[in-house]
Order: sequence, then C-alpha cells, then structure tokens
Amino acid sequence: MGRSASQDVMITLVVSAMLIWLLPLMISTYTLTVLVIYGMLGLSLGLIWGFGGILCFGQAAFFGLGAYTYAIAAINIGESTLPMILAVLVPAVFAALLGAMMFYGRLTDVYLGVITLVVTLILFKFVNSTAGPQYVIGNARLGGFNGIPGFQTLNVPGDPGAYIWGDPYFYVCAIALVIVFLLVTWLLRSSFGRIAVGIRENEVRMGLMGYDVAARKTVLFAIGAAIAGLAGALFANWGEIVTPNLFSLGQSAEIIIWCIVGGLGTRFGPIVGAAGLAYLKFMLGQQSMIDNTLVMGLILVLFVLFLPRGLVPAVASLLNSIFGRTKRKPRPRRMRRARHG
Amino acid sequence: MVETVLETSGLTMRFGGVTASDNVNFKLKARELRCLIGPNGAGKSTFFKCVTGLLTPTEGHVYMRGQEVTGWQPHQIASLGVGIKTQTPNVMDALSVHENIWLAARRFYNVVEARERADSIIDRLALGAIARTQLGQLAHGERQRVELGIVAVADPWLVLLDEPAAGMSAQDVDRMTEIIHELTRFAAVVIVEHDMQFIRSIAQTVTVFHQGAVLMEDHVERVMSDPQVRAVYLGKKA
Amino acid sequence: MDLSFVILVEVLYGVASLVLISAGLAVVFGMMKVINLAHGEFMMMGGYATITAVGLGVNVFVAMLVIAPLVVGLIGLIVERLVIRHLYGRLVDTMLATWGLSLVFIGLATMIFGNTTTGISTPIPGFAVGGYQVNGYNFFIIIVTIVLVIAMFAVLRGTRAGLIARGTMQRSDMAAALGYSPDRIYMMTFFCGSALSGLAGAVLAPLVGLVPTSGGAYIAKAFITVIAGGPSLIAGLVSSATSFGLVSQFFTFAISPVIGEVALLIAAVVLLRTMPQGITGRFFKGKL
Repeated sequence: MGRSASQDVMITLVVSAMLIWLLPLMISTYTLTVLVIYGMLGLSLGLIWGFGGILCFGQAAFFGLGAYTYAIAAINIGESTLPMILAVLVPAVFAALLGAMMFYGRLTDVYLGVITLVVTLILFKFVNSTAGPQYVIGNARLGGFNGIPGFQTLNVPGDPGAYIWGDPYFYVCAIALVIVFLLVTWLLRSSFGRIAVGIRENEVRMGLMGYDVAARKTVLFAIGAAIAGLAGALFANWGEIVTPNLFSLGQSAEIIIWCIVGGLGTRFGPIVGAAGLAYLKFMLGQQSMIDNTLVMGLILVLFVLFLPRGLVPAVASLLNSIFGRTKRKPRPRRMRRARHG
Repeated sequence: MVETVLETSGLTMRFGGVTASDNVNFKLKARELRCLIGPNGAGKSTFFKCVTGLLTPTEGHVYMRGQEVTGWQPHQIASLGVGIKTQTPNVMDALSVHENIWLAARRFYNVVEARERADSIIDRLALGAIARTQLGQLAHGERQRVELGIVAVADPWLVLLDEPAAGMSAQDVDRMTEIIHELTRFAAVVIVEHDMQFIRSIAQTVTVFHQGAVLMEDHVERVMSDPQVRAVYLGKKA
Repeated sequence: MDLSFVILVEVLYGVASLVLISAGLAVVFGMMKVINLAHGEFMMMGGYATITAVGLGVNVFVAMLVIAPLVVGLIGLIVERLVIRHLYGRLVDTMLATWGLSLVFIGLATMIFGNTTTGISTPIPGFAVGGYQVNGYNFFIIIVTIVLVIAMFAVLRGTRAGLIARGTMQRSDMAAALGYSPDRIYMMTFFCGSALSGLAGAVLAPLVGLVPTSGGAYIAKAFITVIAGGPSLIAGLVSSATSFGLVSQFFTFAISPVIGEVALLIAAVVLLRTMPQGITGRFFKGKL
C-alpha cells in the first residue's frame, strides 16, 4: 500500500485520459472499442482469480449471458438503459447461485474448474440448439447458432432515437472501463478486498478467524460476473449481433490466457494482457501464414513454463531493480494457485 | 459458581471401523488452563477437531457457554469469540505480519480499532521489527508467534491450541508460556501438547487421552506419577 | 422386443463411448494427478492419423488400432518431455499449459489439414433388427471398449509394471523410495495415456466428421467422467461412464440428443456437488 487512495485515483485518471486521447491517433476507434471491452472482461477474471483465488474456467459464460440478456431485453423494451442494467444483474444473480452451490459445497480447484467449464458448455449447447421458432423470449427469437441480430443498440438514456455509435461509443466504453477499474481499486482497498486476499492465501485460517468464507467467495464471484456481464453487453452493442460463440470454451480459454500473460494479482495485468493479445490476434488475422490459435496456445504454454507471474509483475520488478528503489519491498512471492502442493 | 465455557457429552468420532474419539465427556471452566495429553493416536487431535468444527462428530454434543454448537462450521464457532490454532502453522504466507493480525481483528472490530488492536498485540508479542515482513519469509518460531497473535488479538474467551510449542526453540517456548499465561487472565485455554517439559511448566490440570477415551483427569503432578498413565504413555517413552 | 434390443445397444454404446473417450485421461490423471486438457486434441490427432494412414493405403483396422495409438503416443511422449515434466505437482499450471497445448494442436491441424471436415466411412455395415436399422459399427466400439477395460485390468493386476503403477498411484513418494524412478514411470504413463487417447479418437473417427476443433467435443465429457469417477481408475471410469451414459441416453430417447447432452452435464454438476471425492471416493473405496 505504498500510495494513498487519492494518489491512486489521480494517477489512474491522468493515465487513462492520456490513453483515451492518444490511442485513437494510432488505432481505429472501432478496434480500440473491442480492446477496451476485452480489457474489462480480463479485469473481471483478474479480480476473482488474482485476488480471490477462484479459478473460473467459464468466465465466458457470464460474458455471453450479459450479451444475450442485453440483446433479448433490448428487443423487448426498445431502448437500452434498462437492458444494460439487466445485463449486469442477470449474470451476477446467476453467478451468485452457481457460486453458492459450489462454495458452500467446499469445492476447490479442479472441481471448481470442471463445474464452471461444464456450465459454460451447457449454456453453449443449449443456446446453440435454439434455432427453432419455438424458442422465443418475448419478441426475441433466440436463433440458435445464428445468434440474435438487429436489436436496439446503445442510446442516450431517455431518448431511444439517439444512438451512440462510432467514436462516441468508444469513449463510452473507455469511460466505463475507467469507472470499473476505479471501483475495483476501491473494492480491493476496502476491508472486503483485503479479506478476499486473505481467503486466497489461506481459506482455513480465515474460517478459523470467524469469516464466512463461502459467503464472501460467492459475493466476489458475483461481482466478477457482473463486470463480465457489463463487458458482454458492451460487446453486443459493438458487434450488433450476439452468437453462441460468446459462450464457447475458446472464449473462456482466451480470458485465462489474458490473465496469465498480463499477470495475476495485479489490476493492470489482465487489462493489458487482454488488450495486447486481442490486438495481436487482430494483427495475425490479417495474414494467413500462421494460424492464430496456434500462437495463442504457444503463448500460454510459454508463459506457464517461463513467466508464470505474468508480464506486469515481471516488468514492475525489473524497473524496480534497474532504478534501485531502496524501498523495503520484499520479493513478491509467487501466488499460491495450486492447493495440492 | 464459575461458568462452564466448554462442555462435551458423549462425543464420539468414528472413521470407518476406527473409533478415534470414544464417548468423551469434557468440562472446562472459565479462565481454566487445561492440557490434553496422550500417546500418538490417542484421539487428542480428533477431539480438538470435533470441538473446533473441523470435523463433525458421529455422536455426542458440544456446548460452548451453554450453547449447543455440534456440527457448526469453524467460522461459526470462531464468531462466538473462540480463538483457534491448528497443529500446522496456518497463516497467510504472502501477507505481512501486520496484515495477518489485522485481518483477525477486523472480524470483530471496525477498521480503526482493528488497526489499533493489531498494533498493540504486535508490541506485546515483540513482533514490531518484522511487522511489515511477509509471513513466508519468517522462521518457524516467529510464525507460531504470529499465529498466537492472530488468536489473541480479538480478545477470545476460549482459546484452543493444537501443539503450540511444536518445533520451537527453548527461548521461543519461554515466551510462548508467558503469552499463554497472559491469555488465561481473560480466557479459558485448552492446549493439546506432546512436550512434557512444556506441560509441566504451564499446566495445572491435565486430561489424559488413551485409545480415544479419557483415561484420567487430574493435577499435572498426580497425573505424571500415576502408574497407569506411565504405562500407556510415559512408560513407553522412557 | 426389437425396440428394446435397439435401445439396449444404444445405451451400451453410450456407456462404451464414454469409457473410450475418458480412458486416456483417466490413466494420466489417476497415475500422475495431471489433468491433460489437450486430451481432446490427442483424440483429434488419432483421427487424423487414421485418415492419413487409410489415405496411404493402409488397412483401416491397422490404422485405427495400431498406427493411431503409436503416433499419438509418441506425440504425447514429446509433450511430456518438453512441457509436462516441468510442471509436476502443480495441478492448475499443468491444466493451463495443456490447455495451451490444445490450442497449439488445433492451430497445427488447421494449418496442415485445413479447416474443413474430413472423414472415413464406417468399415462395418449396419443391419436390420425387425423394423429398425442398427449401426454395426456401434458393436465394434462396444467390443473394443470391453477388451480395453479387461486389458487395463489385466495389466494393472497381473503384471509387474501394473504393480509398480498401482504403487505409484497410491504413494508416488514411496514408489520412488523403493527405487522406481518416478520420472520414467510418468513418462511411460503419459505415453500409454496418449496412446489410449489416440486409439479412442481413431475408433470414433468414422462416426464423426473430423475438424481440427473436434477435440473440444470430447474433452468436457472425458474431464467430468474422470473427475466424477474419483480415485479408483477402472471402477471409477466404468461406474461414472455408466451413470452418465444412462442419464444421457435416457434423455436422448425421451426428448432429444441435445437435451441428452445437457442432462449429462447437469448430472455431472449435481454429482460433483454431492460427491466431491467422486463416485469411488464414496463407494468402491480402494478398488482398482
């Protein structure tokens, strides 16, 4: 806790204002928007995994759920404000129920991984099979593997005719990410966040101190899902279509790769990892020499083997050693990820 | 009339065909210090785990201050104001000493008070020099002491310690003895222990476990000189 | 009567294919406590190995039962030496690394074979039972599975290597203390597990159109079957495959194949929630 809270907020605001101003000069805002959205999605997993020790193999489920909730609600309601709120709430409630089931059953590690992965698959399979006309929610046809196109996209609250798209939409997404980032910062500085880190480090001890570990993990899990849901809704607006691929295992894998590459246990890492890798994928998509799935896979393997802490912590400690800060900063220990030794 | 803070009746724990804890009736009064001894496999630790909620007993009841707590989760029992230390050091390795103790205090006090209490217990345990050091970098004895701080910081009225002196140097044990005596000014303390030296220096009343059941319960000197106890426990060691 | 026979075959086939899909993963997990998330891609490569071999004029059964397991086993060996070896004891890290490997293999297969569906025709013709058509190849799969389970049982029970393997499964440190190099045991285990994955992929290949991403369809099923099975290798595999097979086939017949799949997954979630140690952690304790 080197810096005070207000310093932290100031630095965040200044840096993000500069990035929001500078980046559109280099990359098109259309591409940037999706990088920002992926950054938010990365942050959602980075929060629950890096600070809560909950490895979720199905973060894509909440992302997809947010996107679908938005699309279905927008078709039925015809404006975007309430659908945005629902897109945050529905995944959060879903995650709270799922989390309560898992954490009160004291499931950890592999079992958590299996269940989150399986739940993602259930959603994927189910949504994929809803091509028939009988699958309708209100006025919205689920559309199966074709997805749902043609829903009302983001509008100025209260005025369904005033669409927000193009450059302004990028600024909306970027500001949303900054706000989420600040909220996460605040959360981690609060007692709740510090207790969550305690639980990541040693669940048994926290239980013996009198903390209801299962309840706290459930809440944290739901918060992560809410952020993922918001990212999903923003993504739906960006793509103007939602498809079952949002729920796919590949999507879940990518979120995990972002966090590993960026660095767990940091707030910046997952965002940097997400935006960086998504941009890399975008660049790779422009050529056909090398398959980009292969590149992503290779990156994941290499990071797990050689730089399991991720880029951001590694760069930070490199800078520290170069500039020889004499601050007593103990060597950051590798986070306990595996429980079986 | 002194209040009974911990009581078990007919506490039994079976693992498959093995009865690790057999019909244990146990009573502890407020501010009493009690050691549980017995050879390996006598059922001390099983009893300890049943009382702290880490295991749910097969049969029997556990009461704390008259409240039935059988089958409660450890966090529910701890929430009553019970400090628990398990056999192996159970601490947050990547966090500092201060944070470890602060987290324990925060459960019962607000942010400001938790910090004050953490600071004061760190002083009392002479941990000031290492307050900002990560637990993972500390020696075994220091970690044990930090865990005692975690237990003591929230002013418990009942403290349950499983082998607090294991693997500690003589100097550390002396300091531990002091701290435990200080705890008994306000709390009842149960200690599961192997180290006879330590038990002699600290205990008045001792409960001897043998084959899951209570063999006898008496003053430490009388227990040590009892031929039956020597036979099952000390005799084997000598 | 005819219908019940057809249903019986379908149910047996459902169970058998689950056992087949999961065997390789179960061996690797049971022995090494490593979850190989590239397992599905090993199966996919088994399928491609078969198709390639058949394309080169090899007899289809030789391709499926000999060439595919060998090829995939060797790939597994390379993977173990290069990656897995460095991550023993770090369960979550191995899961992540093997997930990365699965993406690598998907990418490689896409670059080599292209992102199109290929396949071979089933080498065994179907036949009619009363008014129903039965897929003859399903019988082949059931028989292969039964032979496989018996062979695994015989190897573990009857051979010296099996004894060492069982010892390692229970206490790898003790096996090491007795002078058996865990490094070599793990290497062999991973080779066998990969070969089994390759075999499964090859045998199932004629039933499905093969694409580079085919593995994804298998990994989740295999994963849950193995985890739900629990610590006992064969008893766990058979018992959890049977329960999931019954559930999924029941809902497949009652409603639709998609609901059958979903029911299987929901059953897995319920099972893990109620028995986190797996079926054999609860029942059949200490069996093989």
